[in-house]
Amino acid sequence: MSVEIESRTPAVAVDGRPVEELVVNVGPSHPSTHGVGRVIVHLDGDVVVKAVPVIGYLHRGIEKMAENRTYLQIVPLTDRLDYVGSMYANWAYCRAVERLANIPVPERAEYLRVIVCELQRIASHMMGIGASAADTGAFTFFVYAFDLRERIVELFEELCGARLTYNYVRPGGVAYDAPKGWTGDVLAFTKAARPALDEMDRLFFGNTIARGRLKGIGVLSAEEAASWGASGPVARASGMKWDLRKNDPYSVYPRMDFDVVVGDNGDAYDRGRVKLYECFESCRIIEQAIAQMHAGAFRTDGLPRLIAPEPGEAYDHIESARGSLGVYLVSDGSPRPYRMHVRSPAFCNLALLPLLCEGHTLSDLVVVLGSLDPVFGEVDR
Amino acid sequence: MSGLTPLAHGALAGLGASLLVAIAALIGVWGERKIAGRVQMRFGPQQAGPLGLLQTLADTVKLVLKEDITPANADARFFRAMPYLVFVPCASALVVIPFGSGWAPFDIETGALFFLAVPGLSVLGIVAAGWSSKSSYASIGGVRAAAQMVSYEVPRTLSVLALCLLAGSLSTVTIREEWRLWWIPLLAIGFAVYVISSIAELNRGPFDLPEAESELVAGYFAEYSGIRWAIFMMAEYGGIVAASLFGAATFLGGGLGLPGIAGGVVFVGLTVVITMAMIWAKWTFPRMRPDQLMGFAWKVLTPMALLQLVIVGAVLPWL
Repeated sequence: MSVEIESRTPAVAVDGRPVEELVVNVGPSHPSTHGVGRVIVHLDGDVVVKAVPVIGYLHRGIEKMAENRTYLQIVPLTDRLDYVGSMYANWAYCRAVERLANIPVPERAEYLRVIVCELQRIASHMMGIGASAADTGAFTFFVYAFDLRERIVELFEELCGARLTYNYVRPGGVAYDAPKGWTGDVLAFTKAARPALDEMDRLFFGNTIARGRLKGIGVLSAEEAASWGASGPVARASGMKWDLRKNDPYSVYPRMDFDVVVGDNGDAYDRGRVKLYECFESCRIIEQAIAQMHAGAFRTDGLPRLIAPEPGEAYDHIESARGSLGVYLVSDGSPRPYRMHVRSPAFCNLALLPLLCEGHTLSDLVVVLGSLDPVFGEVDR
Repeated sequence: MSGLTPLAHGALAGLGASLLVAIAALIGVWGERKIAGRVQMRFGPQQAGPLGLLQTLADTVKLVLKEDITPANADARFFRAMPYLVFVPCASALVVIPFGSGWAPFDIETGALFFLAVPGLSVLGIVAAGWSSKSSYASIGGVRAAAQMVSYEVPRTLSVLALCLLAGSLSTVTIREEWRLWWIPLLAIGFAVYVISSIAELNRGPFDLPEAESELVAGYFAEYSGIRWAIFMMAEYGGIVAASLFGAATFLGGGLGLPGIAGGVVFVGLTVVITMAMIWAKWTFPRMRPDQLMGFAWKVLTPMALLQLVIVGAVLPWL
């Protein structure tokens, strides 16, 4: 598929004078496209009249590659989907495999999965808020957010040796048990994270310029969020109370006491702030999970190296940092899946971009894009 | 300098100003990176020389050696000339700064007017640089610069006007001689307006819209590379230093000295403090949107500067 780029749109007469739109190609290599996003923007003066997102620059054919790999070999592939939140793709995929092949998961593994995924949520949201702050020029805030993310990445490194592509959640459990003292480190982190998050709230969301830049920009109503298939903080900021951890409880989340953070206005400000407040809830979940976790097996023993599920299909989804992340698997009885499909929340949220930024200025385009928090590894797959 | 011919005087002053800008850029870039580093919980340049002092020198060598690229579509003559049209007005602002007691390189009766008007010419260079690059980002940056720099000249001029009114002269040397300590509280609003509008006039954060990295990549100088890009950077730092020197010499009466401290030390100290405040603002605040920026100039800063004028006008008859 090729994309038609109109370098000049037909001149429109305004007050009898011909006026031309300016076509600006933002990306795929641009400081604010969060990777390799590309948007073709038609400008009338400073106002966006049309914005066309162009995707596919990071397409690696992960779904197709999965068809030639065994079920265990696919786990590292899922790391490369949403590389800001690898744990989620690991987990969503493993849940689909476990459902397909009826693999039991020990309780300790479920708790470890919840802990790492809530840590991952904080790390991912820090990246999202930090990058969208950097889009408004607040680069220092980005560094503050990255500092918090760095501490989580170090915890992950201690747990599984990797800082970005963890390959930690495996069918039937997790790859490694928590090392000695790790839960203590995590608790120390959540203790230190709360004041740091409070500071960030004041530093950026309390700043007059930031409020002026973000409030009322890219307003999404709850009805539009639902009809466009938006999920995660993007949908919740619009007042849509949709969180798979509550709406379709999985793992040990029913035992956790936490609130779903919902925004009122559905603008870029609310989308950022919902992410920030979700980090507080994640801290609560992590602390409860560590308190409830008991010693025991961290993976199901005796699983064959080549998992060959009965012919059939399975779909399972979890609440990732970006929204409802689902994995659909079809088995034909062989050790390799017949088909894998990923329901990517980043893709659905990115589709909102033209709707949200048309009528705003070029400066707001990057704010809207940042607030949608797309990760192109997951958009393009 | 009475023994010099006007031409030699001018040449000497121009050379001095250019040298000062170059030195200011060398130290300024290093200082900015160090301050930015501290603001962001890191160290800034460390490796090149003691405290990383040679970092800027190394960068300069790199920039000079880089290929000087002119885009194929660009209007080559304009494109190549524009860095100088930006640099020269910025540097020439320095020749009316009263560096010593009763002395400025050019002691002209309309020094303050010269200081405000001549650097304002650099907007022409910026617009033309953006236009001649034939790139949409650069064009938008140039147009933004035109709107912004022309708007912010109004509050800036008004704030300096209050100062001139108080001193009863447009000559920067006379302003400095007339300066009294009680001017500081009286001109507090004007000084704030002066510093803020200077930051905007120099296209620096949080008002760096013409070069807004996250939106326009680098704005009007997006297509420049190597030494021509460096000249834009030098013009920016020259502008910062000129604005800080002028603020220290006139608004704050720097150079008069404190008990036990030489006037020159106070002058340099005040200049560094104003410069650091500008750098600190850049690395702390998010960027404004173009319409908010214009609103800020016309709805906040201009009325504040007018208020300052009224205050000074009300005080004048009692002096």
